[in-house]
Amino acid sequence: MDGAIASILMLDGVTNGAIYALLALALVLVFAVTRVIFIPQGEFVAFGALTLAGLQLGRTPMTVHFLIAMALLTAVLDLVAAARAGRLTAELRPIALRALPGVVIGLAAMALAPMQLPLVAQALLTLAIVTPMGGLLYRLAYQSLADASVLVLLIVSVGVHFALTGLGLVFFGAEGSRNPSFWEASYAAGPLMFSGQTLIIVMASAALIVALWLFFERSLYGKALRATAVNRLGARLMGISSTSAGRLSFTLAAFIGALSGILISPTTTIFYDSGFLIGLKGFVAAVFAGLSSYPGAALGALLVGLIESFSSFWASAFKEVIVFTSILPVLLWRSWRDPHHEEH
Amino acid sequence: MSTDRAAPVNASARGAAAPRVPPAASPWSRRAAPAILLAAIAVLPLLPVPEFWITQLNYIGMFALVALGLVLLTGVGGLTSFGQAAFVGVGAYTTALLSARYGLSPWIGLAAGLAITLAIALVLALITLRMSGHYLPLATIAWALSLNFTIANMESLGKYDGLLGVPAIECFGVSLADGRAMYYLIWLLAILGAIAVRNLLDSRPGRAIRALGGATVMAEAMGVSTFRYKVVVFLIAAQLAAVSGWLFAHVQRTVNPSPFGLKMGIEYLFMAVVGGVSSVWGAFVGAGVFKIIEDQLKELLPRLLGSNGNFEIIVLGVVLVLMLKYAPKGLWPTLQAALARWWPAPPRARDWDGAEPLAARPKPAPGSVLLRVEKLRKQFGGLVAVNDVSFELRAGEIMGLIGPNGAGKSTTFNLVSGVLPASGGALHFAGEAITGLPSRRIARLGLSRTFQHVKMIADMTVLENVALGGYLRSRSGTARAMLRLDRAEERRLFAEAEAQLRRIGMQDHLHELAGNLALGPQRLMEIARALCSDPSLLLLDEPAAGLRHKEKQALAAVLRQLRAEGMSILLVEHDMDFVMGLTDRIVVMEFGTKLIEGTPADVQASPEVRAAYLGTEH
Repeated sequence: MDGAIASILMLDGVTNGAIYALLALALVLVFAVTRVIFIPQGEFVAFGALTLAGLQLGRTPMTVHFLIAMALLTAVLDLVAAARAGRLTAELRPIALRALPGVVIGLAAMALAPMQLPLVAQALLTLAIVTPMGGLLYRLAYQSLADASVLVLLIVSVGVHFALTGLGLVFFGAEGSRNPSFWEASYAAGPLMFSGQTLIIVMASAALIVALWLFFERSLYGKALRATAVNRLGARLMGISSTSAGRLSFTLAAFIGALSGILISPTTTIFYDSGFLIGLKGFVAAVFAGLSSYPGAALGALLVGLIESFSSFWASAFKEVIVFTSILPVLLWRSWRDPHHEEH
Repeated sequence: MSTDRAAPVNASARGAAAPRVPPAASPWSRRAAPAILLAAIAVLPLLPVPEFWITQLNYIGMFALVALGLVLLTGVGGLTSFGQAAFVGVGAYTTALLSARYGLSPWIGLAAGLAITLAIALVLALITLRMSGHYLPLATIAWALSLNFTIANMESLGKYDGLLGVPAIECFGVSLADGRAMYYLIWLLAILGAIAVRNLLDSRPGRAIRALGGATVMAEAMGVSTFRYKVVVFLIAAQLAAVSGWLFAHVQRTVNPSPFGLKMGIEYLFMAVVGGVSSVWGAFVGAGVFKIIEDQLKELLPRLLGSNGNFEIIVLGVVLVLMLKYAPKGLWPTLQAALARWWPAPPRARDWDGAEPLAARPKPAPGSVLLRVEKLRKQFGGLVAVNDVSFELRAGEIMGLIGPNGAGKSTTFNLVSGVLPASGGALHFAGEAITGLPSRRIARLGLSRTFQHVKMIADMTVLENVALGGYLRSRSGTARAMLRLDRAEERRLFAEAEAQLRRIGMQDHLHELAGNLALGPQRLMEIARALCSDPSLLLLDEPAAGLRHKEKQALAAVLRQLRAEGMSILLVEHDMDFVMGLTDRIVVMEFGTKLIEGTPADVQASPEVRAAYLGTEH
């Protein structure tokens, strides 16, 4: 290996690492706020990439129908719960308001899909379609189990992962898709070729990380989420609803997932089940940080990206093995450093 | 700490006065049911049953073996693994490689598979199990993916095509090439596995394992190394999976990577959860339900959707979530509860009359210093909960620790018993330095305790909960328990547990589930459990809370009798009549500091104590 190859691999690793960093941040966020180990994070990556691919072909992606169905099902469940509690009239308006975004976005997407909008508009539409699914998913699968143990929530996550992967197959079929680049330009810097897409990925990730930081440090919602992460009961006593905190964190996770999917889809072919492995690499990064530190997760993600790109050069068949086995020494190190880490 | 949340006290309605069902003999039909079922399983292949159903049953038996491990790991131990399919794969590939490529006997393949699985599981367990419960499943996901990619890329393992030409198992010269012949081997192993797991759960190590799910602090205080049992449970689950893999390779006569992937690992968990994640027979129900609905869905869904693919995972995933929401116990326990109306479960047979008593600890000389606390200190961040507290406790005395709420009494208890590490100071117990020792080591020296918030295993009977207290006075291990070689010692343990429950006045509650007791009796049960460990020092945290007047008097009488027998007692209590009438000396604490120490009369006369409790006039 010479310097040129090494720097190409570095660039590759950093690009992928930027994506894993986004996913790792979402995973840490969801775990901190809800104690859910969010295995289905990767499904949103595939949903994002493949919804965009569907729009590219001028079709209405079935995720649109799925969004409307989720919104309606949520409304029905909420109505039943409200009726049982004898609060139907009082709850009618908030329930309708909660279902509205999903339905409106869904109907708008149906109208917009055949119009062959420019790529950026389609990307924004994709984000609008996938993002609300996060909150709806929280309501459908997790909300009533919010006080269950981490173990039960983890098994629920696995069930949701199964269901969403299978639905992905129904929605998009078994063939993969690759989207056109957002920016076709490429720049040479010595032996390195920066493609426009690489720059977009790195810049978008950096921008999102800064935005998240601002959100958590400066906005009231962000502070509410942090409060819930530190102490759920205490936050609830201060008037912060752990339900809306959960919903918000899942919505953010869906947004980050969809954005990651849109960003990487021009660089690699995405299949209905590709998201899972991508999401798991985000997990490896998050575990590097003990599922608790945001900067740690971002650093871990860069490391995962680099391990992946260098192992694909030395032993491409065993690339995944090396990436996933790298979690073991990290766990060993964590276990030595902090052996009595009891679950709180 | 949610791992140690005491079981919900939701059954106060069924208090001490609730009528109890007499231990009726179970109907003959219940006693005969297992034999009938067993006979049916044995006869089935001899009947003209289509080959298809024999094959289905073979798969169900092999799946159940794996799910059985998950019952032990997830349902009982509160841990989980998505890598069980990968352990199945190790068992299958090992025997396939050795028998197909090198012509060795499948029995050598079995032994090698078990050994390799043991080594891998041990590494995973040692790395992850010292940390919170969610690192094990994450590590098993990584392991399952890694194994699958490795197998699928190794030339020597045939890559995605796998290994062909795996021979049939030969058993005493009989070839088990036929599906019906394999049926017997599979079901023999599955049933033996189930019996071994059942035996294990009803034993000394089993009681320790049942504490893993939510009572680890209590179990540690009874002398159990919970880390060790987490490892043991994970190893057993992995070994059961490896046996299933060995059978699988010789049923299929070929192996390839796809049945050992993460998807299958999750499906095994599905079986355990749907069947009943904490019941041994639930593993069989779950395996059966999974195999049948999966087959139906694989047929139905592609036709419905007009294309091919693994659509069944949608239904499996949704069912899994719905089960956890609406029937978290699973199918088998629900069925069992329905059957219990006609087939009441018999109480434990009382077979321990005349059992040899457990060895007793030599009592320390009366009046010698038993516990010395020197400048004991505990800080939580900036808060000093216990501030350089010192006192001595002599053998054969009852000492009270009193003070207003938040004075640091329970924290002092936790420091002395090793449940919390001290920030400073020194502790000596029975002549040994115990500063910094974990609670299970201190328990070994003869210190036992109860908890301010009752910690117990709610779904075990009172008798079994108390028998856990005798953990350190017995030695049967996991293997002995699985083979049922521990019965003599179990009888001695139960005799001791019953004797302690009698002493404390709980003889009518032996076979009740601990979670069904009211708070007062639960506290008494904790005292009996502590006594079962034959301590020389007993730490009681608010023993009289929740008791009625008569019960308090009876408890005081028991504690006096224990003192007369040479036991020392340190207790925290808010009922002043109880404390003043019982104790020899009292230490009063306020805001983490020792206020005064003296006889009950001294304390009652002290203006400082009065001020601490009632405030001062200005």
